Amino acid sequence: MTERLPTADAPRATSAFVDKWIIAAAVAVAAVYVRVIWFTPPEATQGLAQKIYYLHLPAALNAYIAFGVVAVMSIVYLWLRDPRVDRVAESSAEVGLLFTTVVLTTGPIWGKPIWGTWWTWDARLTLTLFLWFIYAGYIVLRGAILEPETRARYSAVLGILGALLIPFIHMSVYLFRTLHPMPIVLKPDRPSLPTEMLRTLLFSFAAFFLVYVALLRARYGLAVERTLLEEREGHSHGER
Amino acid sequence: MTGRRDDGQVFALSGGVTSQYFSRMPSAAPSSAIAVPPVVEAVGLARAFGGRRAVDGVDLSIMPGECLALFGPNGAGKTTLLRLLAGLLAPTSGTCRVGGLALKTGRAVRAEVGLISHASMLYGALTARENVEFAARMYGVRDAAGAARRALGQMRVADRAEAPVRALSRGLQQRVSIARAIVHEPRLLLCDEPYTGLDESGSAALTAALAERRAHGAALLLVTHNLGEGLALATHAAIMRRGRLVRHEERSALDPAAYASAYRELVTTDA
Amino acid sequence: MRELPGLATAAWLVARKDLAIEFRTRTAFFSAIVFALLGLTIFYFAWDATAVAAIDLAPGVLWVIFTFSGLLGLQRSFGVEQADRAMDALLAAPVDREAIYLGKALANVLFVAGVQAISLPALALFYNVPLGGVWLPLAGVAFLAAIGIVAVGTLFSAMAVNTKLAELLLPMLALPFFVPIVTAAAQTTARLLAGRPAAEAWPWLRILLGFDLVFVVACAIAFPYTLEE
Repeated sequence: MTERLPTADAPRATSAFVDKWIIAAAVAVAAVYVRVIWFTPPEATQGLAQKIYYLHLPAALNAYIAFGVVAVMSIVYLWLRDPRVDRVAESSAEVGLLFTTVVLTTGPIWGKPIWGTWWTWDARLTLTLFLWFIYAGYIVLRGAILEPETRARYSAVLGILGALLIPFIHMSVYLFRTLHPMPIVLKPDRPSLPTEMLRTLLFSFAAFFLVYVALLRARYGLAVERTLLEEREGHSHGER
Repeated sequence: MTGRRDDGQVFALSGGVTSQYFSRMPSAAPSSAIAVPPVVEAVGLARAFGGRRAVDGVDLSIMPGECLALFGPNGAGKTTLLRLLAGLLAPTSGTCRVGGLALKTGRAVRAEVGLISHASMLYGALTARENVEFAARMYGVRDAAGAARRALGQMRVADRAEAPVRALSRGLQQRVSIARAIVHEPRLLLCDEPYTGLDESGSAALTAALAERRAHGAALLLVTHNLGEGLALATHAAIMRRGRLVRHEERSALDPAAYASAYRELVTTDA
Repeated sequence: MRELPGLATAAWLVARKDLAIEFRTRTAFFSAIVFALLGLTIFYFAWDATAVAAIDLAPGVLWVIFTFSGLLGLQRSFGVEQADRAMDALLAAPVDREAIYLGKALANVLFVAGVQAISLPALALFYNVPLGGVWLPLAGVAFLAAIGIVAVGTLFSAMAVNTKLAELLLPMLALPFFVPIVTAAAQTTARLLAGRPAAEAWPWLRILLGFDLVFVVACAIAFPYTLEE
């Protein structure tokens, strides 16, 4: 289709990881951190531990967004076969994996003092766990294929099928929970949010979204560099 | 019976295909030229893998009864070209028609193509007969068992028909593979180094089978490194280099010795 | 003109061919059966009979066994096409790509069903779980689940066979997809074995049927994208 070398779309700072987006994101996260610790009142029943919720929920939401991006890019790739689209999907998947890991680690950290157990198969945590599995599979799949075009195609198929899986996971978890008596724990799923907390939550969401975009851009730059490298070495591709 | 395309002699084809051809042709008096469409016709065929153009604008056309021998160094794109014509790969640009149908129209186009490769494409656990019968059925051949028997006989391997393929020697496997490729009497035979692994008897059987196909109006595309074998069967010869055909001429117009040295030079100067 | 095989005919030809190959060598089927029986044995000895009743343990054990022995069968599904580039011959044939997928999936379903047909009585025997009147609905559920497992597993097998980590990749990709199937099937099995009314199992069965429908279609459509064209 095209033989263009991907120079035009490489972000400015392919050589430097730290560009203005990363700096802005770091500042935003630091600002939220400060606000969470010092300027947001602790929640009445849960105490200080609840503050990790400001990390947990925005990370989860951004993980879902990252997954949505992967799914959409997968469809677009199979339609357009543009390697740039594949690079976005790849980058979004890796950032998404990072965010899902954050969710899965902050969940228990919050859960232990609040619920008394490290893990509970609640809807969000379970769904996030499966998201983690799909991301991990996606990344391992990509790592196992050398040919860029095949890699992009296979990943796109997995991305779409993974998106189809999510509703079934959700249905299964929901059905499981309604039919099974779960241990009775004090489980404030959504803490009643006075304005201060809501604002902090929104700031945190925005900061995490900034982190997502910044990391996406950085990762995309890396992907561009790798493509350039592969094409330079590409002449070892013998006749097929 | 081969017909030369230059004087446009009417060419007798096998089966019910003849009427299909005549219906597309301008009507004319029997003695004058009636254009016979080529079995395979490629125009500007190209295929790129990422940035690398493996096939870079190939034009060719093979008439019924002709055999095009395609030579070229490794990496020239010969196998990719074959895979394009077989429908295993889609071109990135250009067109290709087989039997009058464009390749992209769907699966019916592949029905007239037979593929011989240096990989046997057989199932080792099944017998020779089962392998060839399976192919026959996949191509819609009406009497699959009979056709398989005939094809195996043609390749002089009928006595080993009930042996599992993995128990056969490489040469015998190649014969079974060829039987598999001709069982449905294809009009276009794409052969990629088909003589690999064949002994004298096998080579003779293959040459006879290819000649028989040609006599029935099939077109052959023979990719080989062996100039002698290629030129022996060819009506046309071409050399492919870096995705392009750099020489393409009629066999009768060339002198084998001069061709051989020209080919050697082309091959050695290639990176 | 010759009559080319349609979708169903071509799929059946491919399935027959795969089954013939498997029947000829029998190694994969035999391994899967042995694996299932060994699994049942191990679970038995790992089980504290005083804490859990057989009828509570059985569904979980059964479905874990089915899943992993199913994977064994799926592993070899496309391996046979890779050996001498037989896949090229399949792709050069005048059949729809989807027919190749459906044919292989069909052969795999019969493979998995075969393993199930032996594991189920073995479970009843080893764990002293009377199947009694429910063996037919159980078989039905098992078959539905086999369809789901095979639909996804066949597609991933096609992809994994082209990679460096084929044996590791297939389970890793497929297992998250197996979870809704296995959950629904195990929950239904538990209710059937406990003699509960069928209506209780219906919500789970619905998920299972929905999964089968969605993924058989989705994977058949996705299959041509796993081929280089």
